[in-house]
Amino acid sequence: MPEKSIQKTDDSCAVICYEFFAWLCVWKGEKGVGMEKLSDFYEAVSDTGNYIRKLKDKGKKVLGYFCSYTPEEIILAAGIHPVRLFGTKGNITLADAHLQSYACSLARGALEDALSGKLDFLDGTVFPHTCDTIQRLSDIWRLNTDFGFFADVVLPVKLNTESAKEYMKDVLQRFRSDLEKGMGVTITDRALEESIEKYNRIRGCLKTIYELRSADPGILTGSDLHAIVKGSMIMDRDYLLGRLPEVIEMLKGKGHSTDTGRKRIILTGSICDHPDIYTIIEKSGGVVVWDDLCTGSRYFEGLTGTDGDPVTAIANRYIERQICPAKHISNTARGDGIVEIVRKNNVQGVIFLLLKFCDPHNFDYPYMKEFLDREDVPSMLLEIEDQLPSEGQLMTRFETFIHIL
Amino acid sequence: MADTGQEKDNRKIKSVGKMKEIMTTYYIDAKTALQTGKKVAWITSGGPVEPLIAMDVIPVYPENYGAMIGAAKMGGDLCQKAEELGYSGDLCSYARADIVCSMVDGGPIGGLPKPDMLICCNNICGTVLKWYEIQARYYNVPLFILDTPFCHTEYADEARKYVRRQIDEYTAFLEGVCKKKFDHDRMKEVGQLSVEGQKLWQEVLDTAMNKPSPMTCFDAFFHLALIVTLRGTQIAVDYYRSLLEEMKQRVANGISAIPNEKYRLLWDNLPIWYRVKWMSEKFAAHDACLVADTYTSAWCGQLKYMDENNFLDSMAEGYTRIYLNIGVDEMIKIVLEMVDRYDVDGFVMHSNRSCKPYSLGQYDIQRAVQKERGIPSVMIESHMIDERSFSESQAETRIDAFMEMIEQKG
Repeated sequence: MPEKSIQKTDDSCAVICYEFFAWLCVWKGEKGVGMEKLSDFYEAVSDTGNYIRKLKDKGKKVLGYFCSYTPEEIILAAGIHPVRLFGTKGNITLADAHLQSYACSLARGALEDALSGKLDFLDGTVFPHTCDTIQRLSDIWRLNTDFGFFADVVLPVKLNTESAKEYMKDVLQRFRSDLEKGMGVTITDRALEESIEKYNRIRGCLKTIYELRSADPGILTGSDLHAIVKGSMIMDRDYLLGRLPEVIEMLKGKGHSTDTGRKRIILTGSICDHPDIYTIIEKSGGVVVWDDLCTGSRYFEGLTGTDGDPVTAIANRYIERQICPAKHISNTARGDGIVEIVRKNNVQGVIFLLLKFCDPHNFDYPYMKEFLDREDVPSMLLEIEDQLPSEGQLMTRFETFIHIL
Repeated sequence: MADTGQEKDNRKIKSVGKMKEIMTTYYIDAKTALQTGKKVAWITSGGPVEPLIAMDVIPVYPENYGAMIGAAKMGGDLCQKAEELGYSGDLCSYARADIVCSMVDGGPIGGLPKPDMLICCNNICGTVLKWYEIQARYYNVPLFILDTPFCHTEYADEARKYVRRQIDEYTAFLEGVCKKKFDHDRMKEVGQLSVEGQKLWQEVLDTAMNKPSPMTCFDAFFHLALIVTLRGTQIAVDYYRSLLEEMKQRVANGISAIPNEKYRLLWDNLPIWYRVKWMSEKFAAHDACLVADTYTSAWCGQLKYMDENNFLDSMAEGYTRIYLNIGVDEMIKIVLEMVDRYDVDGFVMHSNRSCKPYSLGQYDIQRAVQKERGIPSVMIESHMIDERSFSESQAETRIDAFMEMIEQKG
C-alpha cells in the first residue's frame, strides 16, 4: 500500500480499509462488479467528510442522523441533505470524558467524531429515540457540541396501538415544524410527496439489488453491496436516483455466475460497518445473501404510501416495516421475522453480528436463536467492538461455522 | 470514636423489624395468591402501581426481588446461569438474575409467584421492555406497556396526550384481565394514599438535613421497599408515619446514623446491593455519612406533578417525568439542589454497568457538580447485583483517596 495515501487525507483509516478491499478483491479475483465500476460509492464511503464537503460547496445544508427511524423524507423535503453517522473506529480519547467504556462503539465513535471536529460539515443532528445509550448520547451531544440545528424525535416505543400510531404522527409533524423553524425553511406537502417518491425509488432499488444478489450471489461481492448500501445513506439522493438503476442494469447484464457452491448466510444485528466481514465470509466459503440490519434491509424494507397525508404515510411505514429490538410490536416479531427471511432466501446459516454493549439486540439473541434452532437453522454469535478480531481468527470461526452447514 | 455497645444499640433503627414483618406478609400474600383467588401482576419499579391496588391485584416487583438477590449475594451465580442461556454478561444484572429464576430456578424465597399479567413502564429504561417481553413469552400472559416518551428538555404536548390516553388503555386492560369494572371510587382513595405515602417518604428522607443525620442512604435503600411495592396502601402510609416519628425522635435525642459525623456525602445511582454493609462501614470509618441519594428520592421526586384529587390525570405526567426519564441537564439541576439541600461535602457516584440510563451522562453530571459547587467526587464501578464484577480493593483505594481529599479540604 502506498504510504503517501495515508497523508493525503485525515481519514487515513478509511483509506487503508478501502485499499485493503481493493487488494483483497484483486487477490481473490472476485467475480463481482468490481471497485472501478462502483468507485463513486467506495469514495463516498471511505472518505465521507470529503464527499459531504464537496456537496456543501454546492450550497447544501447537511444534517447527521443515527438510525433507520430517522424521517429522512422530511429532511430531504426541506432541501437538506441527510447523512448517516457511523462513528470512528478505534482511538477513542475525547469521548471517554463523557461516556463510560460500557457504551457501545457506535455511541463512543460518533461522539469522538463530533468532539474531534471530524463532523464539522454538519449543520445539525437528529436523534430519533431508540435505545438507552442513544438516548443519553443525545443529551451529551446537545450539551457538548454545537452544530446548529438539534432535534430529538421521541418516537413511540410501542407501535401496536391506535394511540401510539397517533403519537407517531404527532411526533413526525412536530419534527417537521421544528425543522422549518430551526432551518428557516418551509416544508410543503408537495415537497414531502416528492421526497417520499424519491425514497421509495431509492429503497426499491436497494431491495432489487438485494433480490438480484440473493438469486445469484456471484454477481456482486459483499463488500460491493456494503459500499452501495452505506453509500446510499451518505450520497446525494438525487444522484442515487439515477445511479442505482444503472447498478441494477449492470447486475442484470452479468448473467448467471458460476459461483454456486457457497453456503447462504444472513447477518442479523444493528449496524454492520465492517465490510471485511463480508469478504472474510466469502473467503470462508459462505456468502451473505440477505440481512436483518439497521444498515441493511431494515433501512429499505417497506415502501411509503403515496395516497393521503404524507406524514401519516411515513408514520405508517415505521409501523409496518421489520422492527428494531428497541421497539415493540409483538412479543415474537423479530423471531418470526428472522425465520421468514431465512425461508424466503433459502438461507443455510445465520450470523448474529452484535455490537458489544448493545442491550436491545443482546436481549433478543437467545430467543431468536431458539426460533432458528426450531427450524434447524444453525447460527453463530459474533460480538464486535469497534475493531474486528484479526482476520485469521475470524476466518477460523467462520470456516468452522460454514463447515457445519 | 469507639462505638460502645449501648450507643450502637441506640443507633439501630427500630422500625427495621416492622418493615421485615410487613415485607414477609406481603410476600406470603403474593405467593399464596393462587389459593386466595387474587391476581398477581409483575410490574416495573417505576410503573404506576395504583390502578393495580385499586383493582385488588397484588403487585410483584422483579426489581425488588433483584435487590433481594443482590443482598443475599446470589446475583453472581444467577447471572452466570443467564450467560449460559445466552444472555450477555453486559446486560442488566437484575434482568439476568430474574430471567434465570423464572426459567431455571434459584433465588431467595423460592422464587416469585407466577404472574397473571405483566405491566411494563419504560420510564426507567428500555431494558424493562426487553425483559418483560421475555417474561411474556415465557409465562404466556398479557403484557401491558406504558410508553412514557423521554423528556430530554420538555414534556411535549403530544407526549402528554399519548400518555394520558394510555392510562385509559391501562384501566381497560385491567378490566379485561380481572374481568371486572374499574372502580374509580377506590382509585380515588388509592391515589390519595399514594400521594400521602410519597409525601411521608420525602419527609423521612429530609430528616437527613439534620446535622448529624439520623439516617444514611444505606438505611433509605432498605426502607425504600414499601414506597416501591406498597405505594397506594394504608400499610405504607402507616409505616412511613411511624418511621418519620422515629427519625424525629432520633433527631430530638441526638442519635446520629454514624458515631461521629464529620462529613456529609451524596450517593448517585442504585446501591451496590452485595456491598451495602461494607460500603456503609467503610464510609463510617472515615466519619462520613452518606446522607442522601438520587435513587430513593426518585419515588417522591414527582410530587410536584401529582394531584391527589385528580390522580389518574396527574400521574400520567408524574410517571413520565421521573428522574431517569429526563435529560442530563435536568438531572444536574436536581443533583445540585440535593447538594445544597443536604449540605454535602462530596459526591459518590456508582457507575452502574447494569443501568445505562442512570450511568451514561454521569461524567457530565460529575463535572457540573465539581464546577458549580466545587466539591470532590468519586466514581465506583460495578454491576449492581453481579458481585463478580466488583473489585473491592479498587473501590477501597478510590474511596480512601476521595476521603483524603475531603479531609484535606476540611
